[in-house]
Amino acid sequence: MEVWVIKTVTTGEIVETVARLCMEANYYLGDDVIRAFENSLKEELSLTGKDILKQLLMNAKIAAEDQVPMCQDTGFAVVFLELGQEVRIAGGNLYDAINEGVRKGYTGGFLRKSIVDHPLNRVNTGDNTPAVIHTRVVPGDKLKITLAPKGGGSENMSALRMLKPAEGLEGVKKFVIDTVRAAGPNPCPPMVVGVGIGGTFEKCALLAKEALLRELGKPSPLPDIAAIEKELLEKINALGIGPQGLGGRTTALAVHIEIYPCHIASLPVAVNINCHAARHKEAVL
Amino acid sequence: MPQIKLSTPLSDEVVENLRIGQKVLLNGLLYTGRDAAHKKMIELLDQGKPLPIDVKGQVIYYVGPSPAKPGQIIGSAGPTTSGRMDSYAPRLIALGLKGMIGKGKRSPEVIKAMKQHKAVYFAAVGGAAALISRSIKKCRVIAYPELGPEAIHELYVENFPVIVANDTLGGDLYEEGMKIYAVK
Repeated sequence: MEVWVIKTVTTGEIVETVARLCMEANYYLGDDVIRAFENSLKEELSLTGKDILKQLLMNAKIAAEDQVPMCQDTGFAVVFLELGQEVRIAGGNLYDAINEGVRKGYTGGFLRKSIVDHPLNRVNTGDNTPAVIHTRVVPGDKLKITLAPKGGGSENMSALRMLKPAEGLEGVKKFVIDTVRAAGPNPCPPMVVGVGIGGTFEKCALLAKEALLRELGKPSPLPDIAAIEKELLEKINALGIGPQGLGGRTTALAVHIEIYPCHIASLPVAVNINCHAARHKEAVL
Repeated sequence: MPQIKLSTPLSDEVVENLRIGQKVLLNGLLYTGRDAAHKKMIELLDQGKPLPIDVKGQVIYYVGPSPAKPGQIIGSAGPTTSGRMDSYAPRLIALGLKGMIGKGKRSPEVIKAMKQHKAVYFAAVGGAAALISRSIKKCRVIAYPELGPEAIHELYVENFPVIVANDTLGGDLYEEGMKIYAVK
């Protein structure tokens, strides 16, 4: 006889965890980003660029020490859930709990409320809800929550194009570089460039966003994709945009590419740009 | 490169001597404003009504700070993208606004207005918001409290760090800087 073991996670635990992750993601910049700043500081040729990188290192230190947001744009709360199929949620609706956690984290953590209720009428919701929630059901009995607050400045410079398959790799590379060049100083370089290639229109955009969650500078496990990431990073840094767009060689800290199978007629490419405040924190319940 | 200390309000003479790439430490009063506050100010001008602040000689900082924690003067307060204020800025420059602080490029219209009416654009480091807020010593809301973080705040700053990005000669550090460091 098969024994069913169901793990129970309460909505109370989810609320507390999400609230904590909202604050931690905004106060504590990841060690991977700090290491990337330090490495760039050694390589950067522009004195203004070096000054800016030093200010960013100092800023991360102050934010962590004072437990204040590293950037005043504390972002849209983008939440990735990996829900084990043997997990039961007790005490209420899962998405209500996520939003309650965001409300609590952004209010209690003195984070800026940057969400308007209607894209055209534009009245601030006052508590940074609702979150954008992406859920994947996976094997197992755990619930993994990743919180990635996304700022408006860099999100606004992101783009998606449905290329013709004949445009191939060269077309993909050109679109990525053109998008970064057009973004220029606006997304607060040095930036992290998340690229999705393949899937459908919406899957491609999601791949680009998921690419931003990878540890900074860790290459793709696929050798051909890792080689493209390396080439694109070099070409982007050769543009001269530099820290804050004021000139220099540190335009991007990393290029991360995620791919997915696609239709015989399609070659979608999405570029999701993140500012240097490449924030994300996760927890497993 | 030496840093230049300036106090607000700024005179034509001071502004005309600034050049792109110079590092400046601003002292004195600054006024905050972003999209919503600019929209309201331009509506007032269209109706022939006075602005809530006299912009003559003043500097506007494009920022929407995060809420202050208990004991803090202001929350994190880094610059927002200036391009969203481009359609409003020339009107204020024509009224005597001498400086703007933000991040990112300005439109040809704003650059032309800066040249014509003697004003400059300063870049602050986007995302260095916790660091920047340490140079803000006083903060009070003086107009549009209903806009929350987008209200017009009067800030008193000491050694607020900026870089001259556009000067009165039409110079543009975003263009020039990129040219220097691009790999040919």
